[in-house]
Amino acid sequence: MSEEKLIFEKGAPGRRAATFPALDVPALDEAAWLPEALRRGAPPDLPEVGEQDLVRHYTRLSQRNIGIDTQIYPLGSCTMKYNPKVNEDVASRDGFRNVHPLQPDSTVQGALAVLWEMERWLAEIAGMPAVCLQPSAGAQGELTALLVCRAYHDSKGRRPRTVLVPDSSHGTNPASAAFCGYRVETVPSRADGTVDLADLRPRITPDVACLMMTNPNTVGVFERDVRAIADLLHDVDAQLYYDGANLNAICGVARPGDMGCDMMHFNVHKTFSTPHGGGGPGAGPIAVKEHLRPFLPVPRVRRGSDGTFSLDHGEPLSIGRVRSHTGNFGILLRGLVYLRSFGGDGLPEIARRAVLNANYLLSRLKGRFDAPYGARCMHEFVLSLSRQKRERGVSALDYAKRLADYGYHAPTVYFPLIVPEALMVEPVETEAKETLDALAEVLGAIDAEDPSALHAAPVNTPVGRLDEVGAARNPVLRWKR
Amino acid sequence: MAFEHPYLPQTPEDEAAMLASIGVGGIDELFGPIPAELRLRAPLDLPPHLSEMELKEAFQALGDRNRSTGRLDNYLGAGAYEHYSPSAVRHLLSRSEFYTSYTPYQPEMTQGVLQALFEYQSCVCALTGLEVSNASLYEGGHALAEACLMARNRTGRNRVVVSAGVHPEHLQVLRTYTRNLETTIAVAGLGADGRTDLEEVRRLLAEAPTAALVVANPNFFGAAEDLAAFAGPAHAAGALFVAEVEPVSLAVLRSPGECGADIACGEGQSLGIPLGYGGPYLGFLAARMDLVRLMPGRICGQTKDSRGQRAFVLTLQTREQHIRREKANSNICTNQTLLALAATFYLGAVGPRGLKEVALHGAAKAHYLADRLSKLPGVRLSHTAPWVNEFTLDLGRPAAPVLQAMLERGILAGLPLERYFPGRDREILVAVTEVKARGKLDRYAEVLAEVLGGG
Amino acid sequence: MSSPQDRLYTRTHEWIRIEGGRASVGLTAFAVEAIKDIVFIELPAPGRALEAGKPFGVVESVKAVFDLNAPLAGVVAETNKAVESDFSALASDPYGAGWLLRIEGVAGGREGLLDAAAYDRFCAEERH
Repeated sequence: MSEEKLIFEKGAPGRRAATFPALDVPALDEAAWLPEALRRGAPPDLPEVGEQDLVRHYTRLSQRNIGIDTQIYPLGSCTMKYNPKVNEDVASRDGFRNVHPLQPDSTVQGALAVLWEMERWLAEIAGMPAVCLQPSAGAQGELTALLVCRAYHDSKGRRPRTVLVPDSSHGTNPASAAFCGYRVETVPSRADGTVDLADLRPRITPDVACLMMTNPNTVGVFERDVRAIADLLHDVDAQLYYDGANLNAICGVARPGDMGCDMMHFNVHKTFSTPHGGGGPGAGPIAVKEHLRPFLPVPRVRRGSDGTFSLDHGEPLSIGRVRSHTGNFGILLRGLVYLRSFGGDGLPEIARRAVLNANYLLSRLKGRFDAPYGARCMHEFVLSLSRQKRERGVSALDYAKRLADYGYHAPTVYFPLIVPEALMVEPVETEAKETLDALAEVLGAIDAEDPSALHAAPVNTPVGRLDEVGAARNPVLRWKR
Repeated sequence: MAFEHPYLPQTPEDEAAMLASIGVGGIDELFGPIPAELRLRAPLDLPPHLSEMELKEAFQALGDRNRSTGRLDNYLGAGAYEHYSPSAVRHLLSRSEFYTSYTPYQPEMTQGVLQALFEYQSCVCALTGLEVSNASLYEGGHALAEACLMARNRTGRNRVVVSAGVHPEHLQVLRTYTRNLETTIAVAGLGADGRTDLEEVRRLLAEAPTAALVVANPNFFGAAEDLAAFAGPAHAAGALFVAEVEPVSLAVLRSPGECGADIACGEGQSLGIPLGYGGPYLGFLAARMDLVRLMPGRICGQTKDSRGQRAFVLTLQTREQHIRREKANSNICTNQTLLALAATFYLGAVGPRGLKEVALHGAAKAHYLADRLSKLPGVRLSHTAPWVNEFTLDLGRPAAPVLQAMLERGILAGLPLERYFPGRDREILVAVTEVKARGKLDRYAEVLAEVLGGG
Repeated sequence: MSSPQDRLYTRTHEWIRIEGGRASVGLTAFAVEAIKDIVFIELPAPGRALEAGKPFGVVESVKAVFDLNAPLAGVVAETNKAVESDFSALASDPYGAGWLLRIEGVAGGREGLLDAAAYDRFCAEERH
């Protein structure tokens, strides 16, 4: 495989891939219009290519990439499910795509209806009455909910300063808590990956504002003591946060609100099928219990008695905005299309098939690989390749790289941090049995290969292993002429 | 009868074989770990599932209840602009390999996204005149908040001086992000010409140790600031200078880097991204190289592979939450990669000359319209400073009924300033871009004359 | 491999070599080996007061961050500029040319620190 030049290294001065109508009003005299001190000197060094070369360049780049449309993406905790095409058709309608966010409410009744309806769906799924759709992604949802939590305690004249975070949690949990001005205390997990109630009890003091829980947790085990944990927290008026990263395991089967959780975020780009787009955009709506509602961000969507919708900016206790406008509307819209496609009757089936697929794949792999958390799981499971590392001198990373040679994106490696040589697999409900069989067979075949093949991998990809050390030591972060 | 759905491929036969392999009698057994009292006993109180045909019908009806910019003549801007996006942009963006890809954590299989992000970062650096860009943030308000937090971490100071010309929603986001971080925000007012009052900025900078001075260009009211004039005072006070900029205008306005800014941030929606009722948009952030380790979010870097080829990888990741957890620069994980790609395709399509044409055409058309409108009795421009393609218009009477009458005639004539600034009920903010043919501008002027005359 | 006898060690893998009121501080061979490919070092500016047991800087690999902790209190007199720009001396000579800080006004009890033999035993346990 050859390198693909940068767009800046293609084309020639004077080319372009877009022209505009001739100017039909008098041109401005630049010198008279803008004083020299305000005017740009040299033009920006942007690409200069014709349209065909532009299209060819990025089409070729796309061929050096994979997506869920090209193969299974068994990344644990990422819920890489199929991205339905009808969602895209709906979102590209003129009535949704070409609407300005500051239009008067009377001209965007359809958009407001989408938001209002999405709030109702998420509230019912959460088992919590109030929803805010504003956060742009899961991490911003976490931050928003923690800001709400803090405003709630402030309103009662209390200043708890500690957020408890299990050691198996996603890094966004402690980072969001720190961003909210909290002190982060890590809670160690038991051998089965769950929170240890006995260890937790003494940690729950009046200084605790919140515990952030992912359930099922990141090793794919359900925290069965969740109600007891919630009770302990509520005794000191601390809040229980539900990180929705793994909601796909229980959506429509059990509700965070019923478990005693006070607030949560949804990852619309995980659970509700919207495309990851190479790393974003997402949407991270939050749901909260009634006592937290007054503190949610503004604006809020209201529905009048005559059925018309409006945006309400005035809520005295609100934490304010966490972003401009009302959220990643286009993503929320796609999520609603997905939800309505399953309906209340079909939603539980998503979790059921996700859990079926995960347990089936685990059943195919557990004879060959060590599963430290047992033979059963929820929607994802963790394997440890410690034995392979010891006996064969081959690491989880080597397996990941070798999978690429067979055309598979690897599962998540080295997360959660509490499992050595972790391989975390989430096959999601949209994959067919034969796809799972093929993945199991390839993993088995790799496990039987000579270690040298794994060390050398990947050899069939456009590029081989990268010099990440060099990239970090001598950062080259942009093209320069 | 099993629930049948196009996204669920398991047949009853598959299910039976899978359950046998697992060694359980039914799927319900797999949910055993969830205590029975926590499981739903009744189905969710939600409408039943819809087929694809029914979905399209239902959402067509909802979409039709919006009056899009295809059905209204739109002059709203205020941070979100109606530009023409070449067909190639949308076609390239819908390539499944980009669209349905995950974050490029496995670089050997995702060189396409990584190289495109490297090109994006290069474009942002070129536009802003700065040395390093990250791979995107959520949107303009978020980018501003993160820029100020960078300055706070660099200087160890807890105060930010912000021009009153910064977008009011961005200022609100900054307040929300800093509300528990013991950070104070001082707002510097605008002078009579509509630009940030330099003397007030100096006074505020002298008042207390300051982490950052933030000035927007063009500012919210449309005025082009003399950005370079603020760098000296900011640096003399030991503060970083943060410039919030609009990317299309950078084809004609002096870049933040040329003006001595340490950090540039802004909303990138104008670069080929649809209005889409407010999102997803694109927050961009660029800085001087010595600030790189304080930057939030992902950064893509160039390196070599084992075969000696040039290749790209996410780098300097120790800044990020998945490694540094509570000590991370930011909590951001998911970003706006796909929108960064859209901006890259757009800039690749228009090139430096096309971008300048977009900026100049918008400016010429806006000045043409402003010229016509300010000839109407009682109507005048609010400010005297130079501006690009957005201006504040004083109607000389309450704006709300005028805007309503214009809307009834199919024109979204502008943003009532009262929405953000109670008391400024006679003024509207009007944006004009390259998409407006002269005939539409003439009609705007004629209809406004009629509305004003009739009132 | 045994660690040099002429200095003391922390359980977070820093060494300190005390000469009167002055001292040199560095990272042990065990730590350098565990971190593997160092990509970044951040050291404090001269003049900064260090608090015993508290972080004064960081060492980073591609995927991990390690705090550097002060073995004893003192004031930074000098940092090793050569190591800050080229990490190779850290790997090749962690107890010599790979020193990180020179500090003055060294103060505080040494009871929390380990001698070479105790540190080597500590590392042997950590390997398991």
